[in-house]
Amino acid sequence: MSINWFKFSSPATFYPLAGKMVPVFAILAGLLGIFGLYWGFFQTPDLLTDQKQYYRIIFVHVPAAWMSMWLYIVLVGWALLGLLFNARLSYMMASAVAPTGAIMTLLALFTGAVWGKTSWGTWWDWDPRMTSELILLFIYVGYMALQSAIDDRRRADRASAVLAIVGLVCIPVIFWSVNCPDPNQCAALHQSSSMSGIESNILTAMLVMTLAFWMYCFAVPLMRVRNIILERERDTAWIAEMLEVEK
Amino acid sequence: MFRTFRCIVMRDLTLAMRRRTDILTTLFFFIIVVSLFPLGVGTEKETLRHIAPGVVWVAALLASMLALERLFASDYSDGTLEQMLLTPQPLTILVLGKVLAHWLLTGLPLVFIAPLVGLQYHLSVESIGVMMLTLLIGTPVLSLIGAIGAALTLGLRGGGVLLSLLILPLYIPVLIYGSGAVAASAIPGSELQAYFALLSAFFLLALIFSPLATAAGLRISVE
Repeated sequence: MSINWFKFSSPATFYPLAGKMVPVFAILAGLLGIFGLYWGFFQTPDLLTDQKQYYRIIFVHVPAAWMSMWLYIVLVGWALLGLLFNARLSYMMASAVAPTGAIMTLLALFTGAVWGKTSWGTWWDWDPRMTSELILLFIYVGYMALQSAIDDRRRADRASAVLAIVGLVCIPVIFWSVNCPDPNQCAALHQSSSMSGIESNILTAMLVMTLAFWMYCFAVPLMRVRNIILERERDTAWIAEMLEVEK
Repeated sequence: MFRTFRCIVMRDLTLAMRRRTDILTTLFFFIIVVSLFPLGVGTEKETLRHIAPGVVWVAALLASMLALERLFASDYSDGTLEQMLLTPQPLTILVLGKVLAHWLLTGLPLVFIAPLVGLQYHLSVESIGVMMLTLLIGTPVLSLIGAIGAALTLGLRGGGVLLSLLILPLYIPVLIYGSGAVAASAIPGSELQAYFALLSAFFLLALIFSPLATAAGLRISVE
């Protein structure tokens, strides 16, 4: 049996598939979110040694921060596929992922600032992780700005794909240099992972919330890509046919 | 191949020499930005010495970015760029030639004007030397990375502002270690070799990868 790997790379076949996938992911995101929040609010200790109730921000903050970074990799993956196979659906997916990624970055920054205010007493500190996240936001914004500045669709897709790949090459270097501004003291500056020694109920709730965020990050870009498909392919026969049927 | 490279470099230099104001505007932009800070922050010696590395490097970033717009723009508008894309010579070599010429005209002057800025900010002779050296290694990186952005934004409305949005975040590592080295040089007995090693590493990486990305960007933009 031969598999047609490119069957769903055509917008005409992907559009109905995405339509079927959106509710699945949306429902999963909702259920996991309710469960994660319940667990996070009622099954976890009220007081940690040095933190009060505020630590519950972690259930939004950490999933958002993880998603913000993961979605950039997803974005570059689609951009790369687009450049390699010249598939227009890949570019559409890349541009559908970008706004969600930027929103996740913004959410991570905002919740981080609120949490920082309650536990460190300051909204903003030039901590390496915060700075990295801020730079990631700039890179997302740059990607979206370039895409919207070019009128020619094909050029916009390919130029922003190149930019996304250049960004992915630069990001490790940028994050590393933010992490250790003095190269002679890098070993001392190495941030210890904040994941160690975490209470098991908190960890459970956080991981469930991460799954919920992940499902959300499937559902929303898929919804967005459906809109992008409709917008870009509005002159094609299959859309005219589909609208005809719906009437 | 080397002949093509030299030909491109000489051509761009000659063109620029016919219109010297282009070089001077970048240089004076740098000087003006650097001179504005003491007026805003205050002229206290210690403060100035403290902010000098960051101010000089941020000004260098902005100056090199402003000049980038012109890197491919005139060749694009009169059609030369299209001819260059059609030549059998590898595009990366042409790009490298253009970037080198661009750096000689906009990056190198900053290195030579740096001592003057150092005097404005009461830096020690040693720090001025370090500043010149970091600028010498760092500004080519800026030109190389910037060329990618210039290629991608070629011929767009509001290309200059857009270019800054795309490119400035990518300049951050050079800024951190460039100004870090100058700041460290003010502390006696500090080890500077790591800074120069990292800046040189950035330069080599940019030298290899930037022409490829720039060439890809040019092909997309001119197509």
